[in-house]
Amino acid sequence: MNREELVSLYRQMVLIRVFEDKSAEMYAKAKIAGFLHLYNGQEAVAVGALSALRQDDDLVTHYRDHGYALARGLASTAVMAELYGRVGGTTGGRGGSMHIADISKHYWGGYAIVGGHLPLATGLAYANTHHKCDRIVLCVMGEGSTNIGTFHAALNWAQLWKLPVIFLVENNQYAMGTALSVHSAVTEIYKKALAHDMHAVRADGKDVLAMHDAVALLADRARRGEGPALLEAVTYRFRGHSMADSDVQRPKEEISEQKMRDPITMFLNDVLFKQNLITQVEVDQIQKDVEAEVEASVAFADASPEPALDTLYNDIYADPVDNIQINGSLIKPATVLPRNGKHG
Amino acid sequence: MAEITFREALKRALREELARDPEVVVWGEDIVAYGGGGAYAVTAGLAKEFPGRIRDTPIAEEAIVGVAIGAAMAGIRPVVELMTINFALVAWDQIVNHAAKQHHMFNGAINVPMVMRSPAGFGRTAATHSQNFDAWLASIPGLKVVEPATPYDAKGLLKSAIRDNDPVFFIEHLQLYGTRGEVPDTEYLIPLGVSDRKREGKDLTVVTWGRMLIETMKAAKTLAAEGIELDVIDLRTLRPLDLSLAIESVKKTNRAIVVEEGWRSIGLGAEIVASLQEEAFHYLDAPIARVAGLEVPMPYAKNLERATLPFAEDVVAAVHAMMANQY
Repeated sequence: MNREELVSLYRQMVLIRVFEDKSAEMYAKAKIAGFLHLYNGQEAVAVGALSALRQDDDLVTHYRDHGYALARGLASTAVMAELYGRVGGTTGGRGGSMHIADISKHYWGGYAIVGGHLPLATGLAYANTHHKCDRIVLCVMGEGSTNIGTFHAALNWAQLWKLPVIFLVENNQYAMGTALSVHSAVTEIYKKALAHDMHAVRADGKDVLAMHDAVALLADRARRGEGPALLEAVTYRFRGHSMADSDVQRPKEEISEQKMRDPITMFLNDVLFKQNLITQVEVDQIQKDVEAEVEASVAFADASPEPALDTLYNDIYADPVDNIQINGSLIKPATVLPRNGKHG
Repeated sequence: MAEITFREALKRALREELARDPEVVVWGEDIVAYGGGGAYAVTAGLAKEFPGRIRDTPIAEEAIVGVAIGAAMAGIRPVVELMTINFALVAWDQIVNHAAKQHHMFNGAINVPMVMRSPAGFGRTAATHSQNFDAWLASIPGLKVVEPATPYDAKGLLKSAIRDNDPVFFIEHLQLYGTRGEVPDTEYLIPLGVSDRKREGKDLTVVTWGRMLIETMKAAKTLAAEGIELDVIDLRTLRPLDLSLAIESVKKTNRAIVVEEGWRSIGLGAEIVASLQEEAFHYLDAPIARVAGLEVPMPYAKNLERATLPFAEDVVAAVHAMMANQY
């Protein structure tokens, strides 16, 4: 990677960090509701992984998805508006924090049922082989997903059909609040892939370049038709599972120790400064630009209207059946609306 | 026009759609090698005609449905066979949380054009292999649910389901595979979401679907000999539910019975009764009645199995009771 690309990795990680901190602030101000799972501490995984893929490679992720959306190049304005549930959001306010998506950027969405999206990613990879195109699929999950049935069902299927998919496990060492050693008999997660005869690798998820290199190798392999792989990225969450998590279950010393290895400062100090690729003035400028961008995203979200009520029934079906009303039965619309539960 | 089985009608629909559209693939457990093509032989021989597009899968319904969803999102039109509807429960998360949600949750940006075919009903297979989940499936926004009763409808509806851009759950009653009916040699489609009057009569409306249509038609014959003429409405699609014909029929006959094989409480029949009385209350001469399955886990023993299920004689008895009562 050249200097410009390396600095871009740094900028992306800073953007995610600032964006997530601002999201937490907006959550506290009740601008954002429901679930909000922040990505602080794990930035190097998304940024490193996506920097090694083509823009048209398919991406499917878990619900801790803001970092992936920003690293894939979705506008921070649209991501913030989605967190607000506004019409300018990535899915017009329908999905919220856990379901950021942009099909035009081959980001097929964040998914909120643990492990539920692994078969979908496998199916997208099948479609790529069926259509004889050389796109590959990156499927991201937390290590908590590796105990559920769909994990094994999807890995078996992908390996059996030699499909071009990389299963990227972000091992942040807690499934919600349950420690790895409490929820999994196998604590070196990559080994689980070996049961399916799948190529498996482990990488330092706090090292953005290590993530880039690992994904680049696996992507080449998959693109050449050599089949799927599992990549375990060992990382750590700097905040709780979600904004609803008081985070009392993780030892304070462990958290502060992990924060000593911050993926952003490590990359800045150990790579960019060390190799004289960046100056302090540039670092300050990046910080300033990113903060301005995130402020603009908040302004955009605040200004974006709520979705119109008359769009509620839109898009339940791609092929709506003529004259069939939305509640399920064919009745004239005039008599139907009062029949909705809300109106008694 | 030839008389063919329900099974053959389904196979012809698959064959025609496979030939028409290279995006159509057919996946399922034991649909290629086992016995030459499926536990119920619907796919027999197709693998030879369409190499690579008919594939055996692992016994992992959550993956069969989930992989099909992912493929469908990218433009494939998968038709997956779930060996029995009971196994669909293993894939329930994929059906409810994924297939049915994608289009709306992602603001119309993702389509899931897939079909899940699955046999339902009974056959001396005991509690875990003898169920109907019509009401569960038909209650899910985003999903379409089809259940044909005749070979003609089976072929036309399956072809439409494959061409549809939404996820369709296509229920095939086990007892219907060997039944025969007229099916044109020329291509035709039957639109989803359109009910059908299977018999014209003036005295009493029966609203039904699937195997219970066959039993209702038998009952109608018996009753006709007594001078009672049933107006029989076959729903064909359970979601979206087309009750227009049923409402029109009730306004004419002033009496209605809903006949279903599944459990009575919270069944689809309950929803139909509620809608009919909302729309045609002032036309009714009697409370709407239900004929349904008994609410027990299905026993294996032959006599007990039969006792839980509704047949033509139950329909006849319900009609007699309703006609005898003066309200």
